[in-house]
Amino acid sequence: MTDATAQGAAAAPAGKTRTSLYTLDEGTKRRNAAEARFKAYGVTAICAGLFFLVVLFVSIISSGVPAFTRMVVEFDLTLTQEQYDDAESQVLKTAAYQAVFIEAFEAELNEAGVDAEFDAAALERMVGKTGGIIRSHFQANPDDIGSPVTFELPAASRIDGYFNGRLKREDVQDSRFLMVSDLDLADTLYEAGIIHNAFNWTFIFGSDSGVDNPGGAGIGVSVVGSFFMMLVVLALSLPIGVAASIYLEEFAAKNWFTDLIEVNISNLAAVPSIVFGILGLAVFIQFMGLPQSAPLVGGLVLTLMTLPTIIIATRSSLKAVPPSIRDAALGVGASKMQAVFHHVLPLAMPGILTGTIIGLAQALGETAPLLLIGMVGFVARAYPEGFMSGFTEANSVMPAQIYTWAARADQSFYEKAWGGIIILLIFLLTMNIIAIILRRRFERRW
Amino acid sequence: MPVTWIVLIILGLAAVGYVLGRQRAMASAGGDPRGLHSLPVYYGASVAIFTMVFSFLVLVAWLIIQPIVVENRIAATIPPEVIPEGSTIGLMMSDVRRIADGLDAAVAQGAMDRDYASSIRSEFTDVRERLGTIGVALGSDVGPPQLRAAQRYRAMSGTGSTLMTVVVLGIAIAGFGISMMRTNKDYRARNIVETAVLYLLIGAASIAILTTIGIILSLVFNTAEFFRLYPWTEFFFGTTWSPSFSGRGGASDLGFIPLLWGTLYISFIALIVAVPIGLYAAVYLSEYASNRVRSFAKPLLEVLAGIPTIVYGMFALLTVGPLLLAAFGDDGLGWMNAGTAVMTAGLVMGIMLIPFVSSLSDDIINAVPQAMRDGSYGLGATQSETIRQVVLPAALPGIVGAILLATSRAIGETMIVVMGAGAAAKLSLNPFEAMTTVTAKIVSQLTGDSDFASPEALVAFALGATLFVITLGLNVLALYIVRKYREQYE
Repeated sequence: MTDATAQGAAAAPAGKTRTSLYTLDEGTKRRNAAEARFKAYGVTAICAGLFFLVVLFVSIISSGVPAFTRMVVEFDLTLTQEQYDDAESQVLKTAAYQAVFIEAFEAELNEAGVDAEFDAAALERMVGKTGGIIRSHFQANPDDIGSPVTFELPAASRIDGYFNGRLKREDVQDSRFLMVSDLDLADTLYEAGIIHNAFNWTFIFGSDSGVDNPGGAGIGVSVVGSFFMMLVVLALSLPIGVAASIYLEEFAAKNWFTDLIEVNISNLAAVPSIVFGILGLAVFIQFMGLPQSAPLVGGLVLTLMTLPTIIIATRSSLKAVPPSIRDAALGVGASKMQAVFHHVLPLAMPGILTGTIIGLAQALGETAPLLLIGMVGFVARAYPEGFMSGFTEANSVMPAQIYTWAARADQSFYEKAWGGIIILLIFLLTMNIIAIILRRRFERRW
Repeated sequence: MPVTWIVLIILGLAAVGYVLGRQRAMASAGGDPRGLHSLPVYYGASVAIFTMVFSFLVLVAWLIIQPIVVENRIAATIPPEVIPEGSTIGLMMSDVRRIADGLDAAVAQGAMDRDYASSIRSEFTDVRERLGTIGVALGSDVGPPQLRAAQRYRAMSGTGSTLMTVVVLGIAIAGFGISMMRTNKDYRARNIVETAVLYLLIGAASIAILTTIGIILSLVFNTAEFFRLYPWTEFFFGTTWSPSFSGRGGASDLGFIPLLWGTLYISFIALIVAVPIGLYAAVYLSEYASNRVRSFAKPLLEVLAGIPTIVYGMFALLTVGPLLLAAFGDDGLGWMNAGTAVMTAGLVMGIMLIPFVSSLSDDIINAVPQAMRDGSYGLGATQSETIRQVVLPAALPGIVGAILLATSRAIGETMIVVMGAGAAAKLSLNPFEAMTTVTAKIVSQLTGDSDFASPEALVAFALGATLFVITLGLNVLALYIVRKYREQYE
């Protein structure tokens, strides 16, 4: 070792190389630089991962939020009894109602102090066939005749697209769906507050619409489909998974049969989900003849898929219960079965439930196997009629509905698909938060 | 008697048995539970178990076996000369079954009475039309042999069902009686009940085996059917994939190679993204990060693993695809024609796999004993040298296992490639071109299709079987390596 001082460290005497611990020689510098680089790679990798996460969420939220609102045209209309009788007596009834509407709309404009040129055709392009809507409202609610009624009609999807930036003014060409002049009118009405943004309840509670009606598409029916499917998954996978884990963890002898089960479970956990879809198609639909597109079949398929997850979670929480609990129970005269069911299982329950919820959350987001058994989005047209038919009637689930929307040619559906993703993620987030709370509150460390 | 009624009767009997068994046991002990061998509930439960278990087993077995037996007996009575030209006994039997179902439906709706349905003659009545009026559609005309066979079929099924009701209820009552008789204070009811529960647990655990058997059978049968219609050499070695759907004519080329190429190419790009990021993240989190950073970054990275694949699919289709197109498309470098490409799907799949690689490697790096690190530090190595020259080589087998598991995940991933990779099967080296994968083609060949007779639909099963074999091989290899490695340090 050298005995050089700190001050003379840099200038080593000629001839004999004397170095100090305080000065870094070339090798040390290189090694330190390598150390810093290596650490930087690690930080970069983590930042890259988090960056992708942020980009993912930003694009989900920025593209999905418009799905929850839509432009509506709001106006007051008072229909007198004479007008009603008069309109009903005509041959073209809806045309008569439309005339009433245009009159009311002009009054609305005057009230707002707006001077705008418009014709009936332009209004029809913007809000659809108003005559029919007004007529069916007054036929359904005859008591409203004679008193002012506020109508809130959804604007056409192109007008909607114009306001949320999907449709640029430069791209608009006159067609029977939209004229450039309609956009001027829409702007004027927007400034006057007659066209305004409102929460889109149809999107939350509606059903899938046809390919030509993106505005009327809603995710409600497929949420119900997901709900019934998850009920099946929960009712089957929790008891079966817990029973299987209890057997494997507490009772199974070490023999070839137990090994076979273990190998099967660990392999099923890694089998691609689409293979489970093929299984469902061949066994449940082709062989057993269960109805296609039914949440029951979807639930059966996803049960088989979720079982490994639940079994693995249950076994680790059974393993976490210390043997002293079992010994104490056996010591006071309980049978092995009683020790497990009365003492070990209740103590392991928080862990089991956490694992189950995480397994269910996985199942809720699964798409590919459900497409194979026919749960595609466009079958989600109506709510099931009753509780039992909810299991067997053809329905879709949230992710399959999102896929169907994303696959459609009309780009207005993309917004719905992103909106659907937000709803799906809200469900998943809730489930995961419940799982975390369960774990925090009830998990015991021994 | 309908099956639901039989089930309800047995359940009712079991409930009665539970109450009576309990009472009888208590009575035999003179009303003092301390005199009993087991707790009173076990006596009730054992009677209920004896009532239910055997009768339900027989019921299920009967329901499965009866149709097969009846069908064979009926098929044996049909003389070969009445089978129409170009038809087979199998087709004829499905006609017979349909007619029998039609007659059942007619009786159930009250359109025919029971005697009429069993004596109706096709020589005098147009059965097809009669059944048509009540909503039972038959494919072909009903000839006398089919109708007579159908009537025999109904008669035999009816007899069988009556016999089943008698036998099943008889077994239930016998079980009830025997276990009631055996119930007294010295009867070891708890042992009986616990054995029954144990068998239930074994049954639940065996579902994993049954699922595997189900997967294998459903793949094997349909794949065999496919290879009967389409030569296997052309499937495995063919280099063009162009299915032609029935109706348009022309033969399909169902070559597997382009799909395999697309799958491997996309998985390769995904691994190029996921392995370095995931591995460096795991190293940093387990070796460098402070507890605060770790407790914050690890769960956030794992959020990526909890996001459903449909979300990644959307992300590929609508965010990453257009972004790449802007950079590499006609406005940029001109390498890319559309947003869907190998690169798009591979990139997004790589993002999905990051947490998969990082948390598996994290576990493995943490399993390397601290003594090895300390030894390295003691020799003067820096932290990064220790990691590169001691920790990673020690963890290498486990990391390889983790990467293999990630590969199998990538190969089996469906939604991202369905939405992000395109639909055209191509053999090309350009990563900016659209290609397709095995999983994407399974979805497109089977979605909304319930006709499993054409090679175009059946090919999906062959694809599924190949996919299953590939991923199974990777998983088994990976699990073997990981397990071997764990044993090394435990």
